[in-house]
Amino acid sequence: MNASNLRKVLLLAALWLAPLSFLCVFFFYPLGSIFQLSFARAESGLSQPFMEAFTSESVRRVMWFTIWQATLSTLLTLAIGLPGAYLFARYEFRGKALLQALSGIPFVMPTLVVAVAFNALLGPRGWINLATMELFDLQAPPIKFTNTITAILVAHVFYNLTIVLRLVGDFWSHLDPRLTQAARTLGANRWQAFLHITLPLLAPAIASAALLVFIFDFTSFGVILVLGGPRFATLEVEIYYQTISLFNLPLAAVLSILQLSCTLVLTIVYTRLSARVSRPITLRARQYTQKRLISRQTRIFAAIMIALLLTLLTLPLIALATRSVVRLDPGRGQQSLESPGLTFDFYRELSVNRRSSLFYVPPITAIAISLGYAGATVLLALTLGMPAAWALARDAHALPNRALDPILMLPLGTSAVTLGLGFIVALNRPPIDLRASPLLIPIAHTLVAFPFVVRSLTPSLRSIQPRLRQAASVLGASPGEVLRFIDLPLIGRALLVAATFAFTISLGEFGATALIARPEYPTIPLVIYRFISQPGAINYGQALALSTILMILAAGGMLAIERFRIAEVGEF
Amino acid sequence: MNTTTALTLIDIHKSFGETRALKGVSIEVKEGEIVAILGPSGCGKSTLLQIVAGIEKPDQGSLLWKGNPLENTPPHLRGFGLMFQDYALFPHMNVFDNIAFGLRMSAMEKKDIDQQVEKTLNLVGLADFKIRNVNTLSGGEGQRVALARALVTQPRLLMLDEPLGSVDRTLRELLMSEIRQLLRHMHQTVLYVTHDQEEAFAIADRVVLMRAGEVEQIGTPQEIYSRPASLFVARFLGLTNLLPGEIRRTNGEYVIKTAIGDLPVSEQTTGLVTLLIRPDAVNLDSQGKCVILGKVIETTFRGSLCRTILALGEVSLTFDLPCRPSLPEIGQTVQLSFDPAESLLVFPREN
Repeated sequence: MNASNLRKVLLLAALWLAPLSFLCVFFFYPLGSIFQLSFARAESGLSQPFMEAFTSESVRRVMWFTIWQATLSTLLTLAIGLPGAYLFARYEFRGKALLQALSGIPFVMPTLVVAVAFNALLGPRGWINLATMELFDLQAPPIKFTNTITAILVAHVFYNLTIVLRLVGDFWSHLDPRLTQAARTLGANRWQAFLHITLPLLAPAIASAALLVFIFDFTSFGVILVLGGPRFATLEVEIYYQTISLFNLPLAAVLSILQLSCTLVLTIVYTRLSARVSRPITLRARQYTQKRLISRQTRIFAAIMIALLLTLLTLPLIALATRSVVRLDPGRGQQSLESPGLTFDFYRELSVNRRSSLFYVPPITAIAISLGYAGATVLLALTLGMPAAWALARDAHALPNRALDPILMLPLGTSAVTLGLGFIVALNRPPIDLRASPLLIPIAHTLVAFPFVVRSLTPSLRSIQPRLRQAASVLGASPGEVLRFIDLPLIGRALLVAATFAFTISLGEFGATALIARPEYPTIPLVIYRFISQPGAINYGQALALSTILMILAAGGMLAIERFRIAEVGEF
Repeated sequence: MNTTTALTLIDIHKSFGETRALKGVSIEVKEGEIVAILGPSGCGKSTLLQIVAGIEKPDQGSLLWKGNPLENTPPHLRGFGLMFQDYALFPHMNVFDNIAFGLRMSAMEKKDIDQQVEKTLNLVGLADFKIRNVNTLSGGEGQRVALARALVTQPRLLMLDEPLGSVDRTLRELLMSEIRQLLRHMHQTVLYVTHDQEEAFAIADRVVLMRAGEVEQIGTPQEIYSRPASLFVARFLGLTNLLPGEIRRTNGEYVIKTAIGDLPVSEQTTGLVTLLIRPDAVNLDSQGKCVILGKVIETTFRGSLCRTILALGEVSLTFDLPCRPSLPEIGQTVQLSFDPAESLLVFPREN
């Protein structure tokens, strides 16, 4: 090895040091502890705990339900997402940019907000049920939505639609339309051209979007917990119940390992596929691929799609916001404080300690706690993400980078509840006892945000080609000026995007937080969950109000990301 | 030559939103004829091809094939071949599958497909390329595959959209003559779109010169070059010796007054005009009807000819002069003569 090679390797090693140590201590060590724990009761061989789990009727039911609902959710998401992706990819129309920005909002919505929003729209005290009860003078809510499988599926589609729209739509929009035209002039009809040309070319994009959606649906937690009710449990929810309610940590560990092996396989396949999506096939700039809506048929199609997307994407959130400022006839047995009408009572109520419960924390404090955690997460995630992204951007083909890139993505495939469980198992005792540390939650959030941060930073770091720096220095810029006028402006925006990702992820994170947060320091999603699990109009109203606040924070974050995104084809 | 009219375009209009891409284009193509559509980028020539192919629909106007309307025939049933600019080869298929695609769409037997593709590959000189990945082809190879793909279905009409746009100059010359020989040999009816006059003149029987969505001139290459129909055509062909002038009638003779003096013209009208002096129809002597004197300010050696810029008073004009016996020297005053009937063209004055 010559000197320059040695220097390169040393530099890479230095860049990797902090992020890797962090992952080792807070990711692999907890996972290892879960693994160890799952063998705790293995009296007759290592496979015994797993065999026990497999033969257990209830575990099999949970497994089956997890796969079944994830498959169904994914198919539904594709069914709506693919026509939507086609609309975005091939047509230019007024309000398209807005619709695209809107479609991104659900993705950053905390699960609890989504659950509460659908509740506000379709739940027993939601708009639609209230309206039909009022109209037809019914005593009971006619539409049963919460605690049904429909609620879970609809919420999953709402949540993940944007993945299909973005991944497939972005790819499709750069696909040269002349390929289909060529097929048409060679005698293929519309359908044949789609089947032989468009579909095979889109396949990797569709597959990778479907996989990502499947992974998210597979590990879905908050939606199932709140909207599904006690009847439905996925692996993720079951791990939570086993840990929190039954304190059966060994079984929780076994289930975690089961889930982790599924998601790991899926993540690896996903990473492979997304590498194929970035394969350079004839991609064209958008202005060449998009048409206006001219013919009657395309207009009708666009109108239906736009209406569908608008309804699905915005109605629940609008229902949430409006429901949070309207007081209606109180529910059963509740004392009416005031007459129905517009009110900010639910918001005022947030700072009042009505019950002198020991663990009660005023929601306003929870907001402060959440913001504090989010701030810490941003700092931590950027400090660790920058060197990792830099190392990846320097030389994607260097061996350490090729090996480490998938490892960075592992937290994405690891469910939040598993992370939380790992923290409980591993970090509650020496050598690392962080039980009482306020850093525990930002560390968990950093793990969740880490893949997103690295992936938003890498493309822009990579986009700073040496030629740009060379051009600047040939034009007379000193090394300092190159840094100031070339590197920083180019990374600056990506840093903002990464920071916003970390911030919104931390604000909304529920799965890991639910397991590891101390009751006296709850975050906003935890308080929402407490409110929604308790009966009464005031509790419900406060859940609505807090969810609305969280929604606005998250939507603000998403719009900031949209605003600052540089690369047209993101790496997600 | 067969003189049956194959393709007829009558008054084709097409707009994209505010942009009017075609404003009433009428063209006829005879069977076996190679017609080049020539014009600067953005003149609507690619849109015209897309309309003929059926990829775009005209807003107005009719499209006939041997007298039968084509409007309601979808692209895959027109039996036209289109070779795209930058080729649009299917990136997920190899060379063979790209070429076989059209035959497969027509549900041809597998062994016939193999035979046809083989034959066409030989025709374009790519016999060994069957299983090559199309993403690894060079510009010239990609161009041949695209041509083979368009030819293999034996289209009634072959359209080529800037087929040589992305190959380098040397290759271009070679491919230009290859394509011409191949198409002539096959007696193929062709619409050939290009922005390069050299290409159009070399390949086409007739040239349609377009400007901003309208046909400016139709004719054989010789006709267009020797009699450009407008100042635009003249400029597009690189004829830049343009002088403002006024035609007056003196003693029964029509004379044009310009900054370089009075010159006799054959035009029988008077008024303000723009005069074009052809750069190639002058001689370095005093034998012609008109003689002008100019001072050489720049010479560029161009092989057989020498492009010379002469200053005539306030005006500078460019001429292609023979390099022999010797290059004119800068600063030297030379005498040029020409025949006005051959060298002068008069256009109505532009506003």
